[in-house]
Amino acid sequence: MANDISNRNLSPLSLHVPEPKFRPGDAVDYSDVEIQKAGDQARPDVSTKPAAMRDLAYDLIRVLDDDHKAVGPWDPKLDDDTLLKMLKTMAQLRAFDDRLHRQQRQGKTSFYMKSTGEEATSVAAAMALDAEDMCFPSYRQQGILFVRGYPMVDMVNQIFSNKADKLKGRQLPIMYSSTRLNFFTVSGNLTTQYPQAVGWAMASASKGDNRIAAVWCGEGSTAEGDFHAALTFAAVYNAPVIMNIVNNQWAISSFSGFAGAERTTFAARGVGYGIAALRVDGNDPLAVYAATQWAAERARTNQGPTVIEHFTYRADAHSTSDDPTAYRSAQEREEWPLGDPIMRLKRHLITRGVWSVEQQEALDVECVEAVKVAVKEAAKNGILGHGLHQPFETMFQDVFEEMPWHLREQADQADKERDIKWPS
Amino acid sequence: MAIELKMPALSPTMEEGTLAKWFVKEGDEVSSGDILAEIETDKATMEFEAVDEGVISKILVAEGTDEVPVGTVIAEMTGEDEESDSSPAPARADKPKAEPVAAPVTAETAPPAPVSRASDPAIPDGTAMTSLTVREALRDAMAEEMRKDETVFVMGEEVAEYQGAYKVTQGLLDEFGAKRVIDTPITEHGFAGIGAGAAMGGLKPVVEFMTFNFAMQAIDHIINSAAKTNYMSGGQMRCPIVFRGPNGAASRVGAQHSQNYGPWYAGVPGLIVIAPYDAADAKGLLKAAIQSPDPVVFLENELIYGRSFDVPQIDDYTLPIGKARIMRDGSDVTIVSYSIGVGLALEAADVLADEGIDAEVIDLRTLRPLDSETILKSLAKTNRLVVAEEGWPTCSISSEIIALCMEQGFDDLDAPVLRVTNEDVPLPYAANLEKAALIDSAKIIEAVKKVCYVK
Repeated sequence: MANDISNRNLSPLSLHVPEPKFRPGDAVDYSDVEIQKAGDQARPDVSTKPAAMRDLAYDLIRVLDDDHKAVGPWDPKLDDDTLLKMLKTMAQLRAFDDRLHRQQRQGKTSFYMKSTGEEATSVAAAMALDAEDMCFPSYRQQGILFVRGYPMVDMVNQIFSNKADKLKGRQLPIMYSSTRLNFFTVSGNLTTQYPQAVGWAMASASKGDNRIAAVWCGEGSTAEGDFHAALTFAAVYNAPVIMNIVNNQWAISSFSGFAGAERTTFAARGVGYGIAALRVDGNDPLAVYAATQWAAERARTNQGPTVIEHFTYRADAHSTSDDPTAYRSAQEREEWPLGDPIMRLKRHLITRGVWSVEQQEALDVECVEAVKVAVKEAAKNGILGHGLHQPFETMFQDVFEEMPWHLREQADQADKERDIKWPS
Repeated sequence: MAIELKMPALSPTMEEGTLAKWFVKEGDEVSSGDILAEIETDKATMEFEAVDEGVISKILVAEGTDEVPVGTVIAEMTGEDEESDSSPAPARADKPKAEPVAAPVTAETAPPAPVSRASDPAIPDGTAMTSLTVREALRDAMAEEMRKDETVFVMGEEVAEYQGAYKVTQGLLDEFGAKRVIDTPITEHGFAGIGAGAAMGGLKPVVEFMTFNFAMQAIDHIINSAAKTNYMSGGQMRCPIVFRGPNGAASRVGAQHSQNYGPWYAGVPGLIVIAPYDAADAKGLLKAAIQSPDPVVFLENELIYGRSFDVPQIDDYTLPIGKARIMRDGSDVTIVSYSIGVGLALEAADVLADEGIDAEVIDLRTLRPLDSETILKSLAKTNRLVVAEEGWPTCSISSEIIALCMEQGFDDLDAPVLRVTNEDVPLPYAANLEKAALIDSAKIIEAVKKVCYVK
């Protein structure tokens, strides 16, 4: 009875509001972050039942050890050429991000998002997929386009929203789309791509095709209903899909605790749905590759979906509209216990004897030059500037397959009014 | 050529900021990535980096200057400006640069003549008619399309084993099997997204919502994904999908289950919105919806599922999207309606005929794109118009038609256009209150008499 409660000797209820460990100016100490030993994680057969591999949702799959060697059962044993391609792609991506971010600062575009520190989660993952597999990225997986050979100049055209923009000036910069490269239209609404990817994968299976789907979201957006609906469907219909969670610790200024990281891992979300789940060192490109390869084989052989949590760190701002020095310690990036994906792969290749510091320096210069050339080429098609690159009449196109009369009337009328206001 | 360094924007909404500090001075050599200056806004601080190498030739805004507008040239650098925008903008786009001249509102700005709409297929004399319920007609439409096109499939809650919560999918599971008639987990948001993805993947989903009241949590996928996929992808991708289910008030199901979403969806570019009344239209338009390469919201009505109507026995009976139908010819006044309202309007017209008022009744059938031509033509004939809508009055299809009559039919109007709608309240459960809150034919008759200036 309600009255009885007041008579009991109870302490008042209290509310827990998560608080990150470090704020601006704080000294950063990550010694309490549990980092498993590279090579220690078992690699189950791809046909293993999710219930028999739950440990991997809480462990951390790692391949590159402290001596920069690839160790353990998850070592994908890639050849030198593949590893060099991976390194070069990530370096090119980083150079691109750096330069395009600066372009925004100089007013050449309105918005940009870097993937610095997280390059492996898109580059290594995309390399482990088949080029025909469908990708449903979030907004920070431009690495997929680099792997699939999308020309940088086309990316810059889109970022500058110029007259060569393949998306005809319809989308926010970096929201790429390429049907040809099986890269869907990036959604600005978080996690809507999750059920869509599962639906796409179900359609592929329904048609008896052999292409699988891969989807990415951040740890913060696992809180969206879409995430949970997608996992439900993926589990129920055994959809051939790989569901990546890029846990980069920060959702703009909200640390991962606001998405539940204080309670369990994000990979553990998969456990609750009976989906195979892997938790991977997201700054270890070989571990990312190996996990994706495992999940792809599983999906392609009708053995079900996989959730992969990539444990990584967002080394830079959320976007050009963000200033992380206002809410987190600048030391975090330097102290991040899993290092940097490009540095780690570089050291591994040097250890293997197929790469050198000098070659890396030359590569970095080459990458910057390549971006410069692409930007210069794209700028010939116009920069954001006055924003008058798209022919007026294109505004009314692609709303419907065939332009309905009301749009044709609107377009005609708008054109007429322009003629009166601004006679040529 | 000198490179102009302009006051940068931290975000697209920033208009001005403080140039807090210069880290370089005139004559300094800088290289790409060097921090040149620090900019402050009320929200944040940002470092301004050099994109290219060169020499700072001039500093034009001193450090400590407040309220520097974005885009102001703050310094100049020697070097080659690799990204100078030397290309001319397209000629057509140059127009706004010219001085605007006063634009008198004349006949010149009058809307262009309406583009002609498609017509219903001719029904040859002697065509046999079958009496079908709306429920059966909808089922037949799906079955015919599924036989014709194996990429078409149906999914939703209770659509397979249970044959649909309102039995609209009766028999489909038996004929097409569980791969094409799919029971889903209970998440409208989830299966709307699954459907959108499957449509992007080359299938043609027909997604049934048990009612559109439950589809509010799915509206993000309908509006933000399905409706915009073609446009946002620059025409590269499509999302051909039909979202269908009962819409509007049923009977004694309370406030959360008695809503008309026609106006909500009809406001969205990229969507086609259909709300048929009788069985023939339900069949012909659902077939058109499934064939459409665009996403379609198909609004049915629970109260008319069981009503029987004649449906022409014509193979592949498909109707044009966006074409209204004149249900009854008349000369004194036009009543425009859709879905269940059409039945009420026809009832009202019968009563009015006995009183000497000859009403024309138009069934819109498609809410987007709206057949303005048929409405305006009828208005030109009758000069009086009433809109009857089972739904709320504000920002409704009625409001849209009233606006249309004002904008494009003003000279034809002999009386103000009136709307007859539900009361502007959540629908009550109590029988007497529910009845009072809903539109009925008596209210339509009253409005028609008002616009005819008849007591």
